[in-house]
Amino acid sequence: MSLAGEAVVAPAPEAAAPARPRAGAPRANPLLVLIVTGMVVALGSLGFVSAAPNRIVSGKPLALWVAVEPGVAALVAALVVALGASALIRSGVWRDRLIALIAAALLVASLLAAAHAAGLVAAASGPVARTSLGAAFWIVAAGAAFALADAVGRLAPHPLAQSAIAAAVVGALLALAASGALSDLSLAREFANRRAAYGAEMLRHLALVGGALAAALPIGTLLGLLALRRPGWRKPLFAVLNLIQTIPSIAIFGLLIGPLSALSGAFPGLRALGIGGIGAAPAVIALTLYGLLPVARGAFTGLASVPPAVIDAARGMGLDERQILRRVSIPLALPILVAALRVVVVQLTGLTVVAALIGAGGLGVFIFQGLGQTATDLILLGALSAIALALVFDLALRSLGELIATGERP
Amino acid sequence: MSDIASGHTRPPAGALARLAARPAVWASLAFAAALMLLPYSGPLFHALFPDLPRPLYTRASFLDLALSHAGLVGLASLVVVSLGIAIGIFVTRPAGRDFAGPVDTLTAVGQTFPPTAVLALAVPAIGYGGAPTVIALIVYGLLPVVSATIAGLGAVPAAPVQAADGIGLSPAGRLVKVELPLAAPVILSGIRTSVILNIGTATIGSTVGALTLGSPIIEGLSGSNPAYVLQGALLVGLFAVATDLWFDELERALH
Repeated sequence: MSLAGEAVVAPAPEAAAPARPRAGAPRANPLLVLIVTGMVVALGSLGFVSAAPNRIVSGKPLALWVAVEPGVAALVAALVVALGASALIRSGVWRDRLIALIAAALLVASLLAAAHAAGLVAAASGPVARTSLGAAFWIVAAGAAFALADAVGRLAPHPLAQSAIAAAVVGALLALAASGALSDLSLAREFANRRAAYGAEMLRHLALVGGALAAALPIGTLLGLLALRRPGWRKPLFAVLNLIQTIPSIAIFGLLIGPLSALSGAFPGLRALGIGGIGAAPAVIALTLYGLLPVARGAFTGLASVPPAVIDAARGMGLDERQILRRVSIPLALPILVAALRVVVVQLTGLTVVAALIGAGGLGVFIFQGLGQTATDLILLGALSAIALALVFDLALRSLGELIATGERP
Repeated sequence: MSDIASGHTRPPAGALARLAARPAVWASLAFAAALMLLPYSGPLFHALFPDLPRPLYTRASFLDLALSHAGLVGLASLVVVSLGIAIGIFVTRPAGRDFAGPVDTLTAVGQTFPPTAVLALAVPAIGYGGAPTVIALIVYGLLPVVSATIAGLGAVPAAPVQAADGIGLSPAGRLVKVELPLAAPVILSGIRTSVILNIGTATIGSTVGALTLGSPIIEGLSGSNPAYVLQGALLVGLFAVATDLWFDELERALH
């Protein structure tokens, strides 16, 4: 606990200069001071890892300096202190670079320290012993990830640059996992036990999202066009689409089971195609219904944002309605359309987690299996994978949107 | 709720007729009717699902499920609204301006997280039952409210703010009398998003041991009892739709 004195010297945020110094004004980073204080408190009072004699029993929390060798603990502590010290540097590009570097190092070091602790536990208590990541680890890792993201956000505001940095960090973590350095952690063991199933469910998740998109994009776009062309239909149309979004996903999934099983009962040919009350069919239908609102709203607002004068000019040049749509309206509306695509992809990725409850598969399988078996690391495996997938889609489509926007600006 | 809200200019009509014109009233009546009639619908579900030995969910009364569901969402929403608006106000004041960027990033990134994943993550942290559900609802529900409060306060035009300063209002007075009323519609839409999302997430909460209207659905799915699924889905759908329509009314009243 030698580090406690170091970070408690946090200056009160309100003590900042009274006259609103804006960009470039030299001052400390109060948020980072707060984060580092939280890390210090967490490392001092909570378990860094928790060790259990087997998979199902809940573990006993071990503090950082109990769990690992003194040298490793000192390294993590030193990085936390360094992060706190860099928060006090007066602002500048170099401060953010330093913060990003230390935060990334801390992220990797805390993961390695946890894996090291897991190795010690395995050596002491045998191969069935499980070592899970503890609360202090999560607070330090989340704090470091956030400090990294915050610093990078200021250093490289462009989403493409952020994607590149995110890819580098994720790549480093994946390389670490692939090297086998983390294999004693319970989370890695859950993954190793299900390597084949994991790949299959991930593909299944993507297929469900893809299937729903394949239906929602054309139907939703048509509905958006309809709203644009028929102002009288606009209100009732969006009211209905909004109503669908209001109904909890599991209720829609459930409500589709009855009609679909009746259908497949009446027409055995459908069952041969795999369409039935449970499984992929109700999931894709429900996900499509959810996707309609964001797609239709995006298509409508995007196309409505095209200035009428531009369309008049195109018409004057002799383009017909279809050509106007394809060559003028859609290219001009593209940024809004891509933003809508991002919203719908991220939303569907999240909703597909629930589809596991109706036997459709996907990453939710691990979450609900884990909940059923009280296997926390299996829950974590599913939940973290779903979050990562949503983040990847979000960042990728944000980058695409930015590419399009910069492509348009000469 | 605000100075603007009192400006109704509806044509004078019978109070009952005005009530009957509101879909929110109808949806609420349908929800209440379903809650009251479902316990007596055994014969109906028996006719619909002749193969099921016990076609009516009886492990808990539907009223208890609805009250527990509404209680979880209500409790979470109470915290979410007070804390979310407070955070939104804080980061738009000079003292909290340093936190505005990071909070903005955090809410944007957080909203891409699948709600079910957030709910599931609460279990390793807290355990099973109602508590992790409420915590997850609070954490997830905060995001839309915070971002709407920031957006709403940020969109207040400069003129009324300067006018408020001009007539000598204190910063607190300006916030309460000018900025918050002007930002109210945006903030309300954030609260709406949060509450509706949380009604849905609370439904999944029955997989982590909370008692909600999702309990018959989850039990019906795991036990191959489509009647339970139908009963739960009907109730939770009506509950969500009625709540959403009341927000419609509230928004109309604010404008």
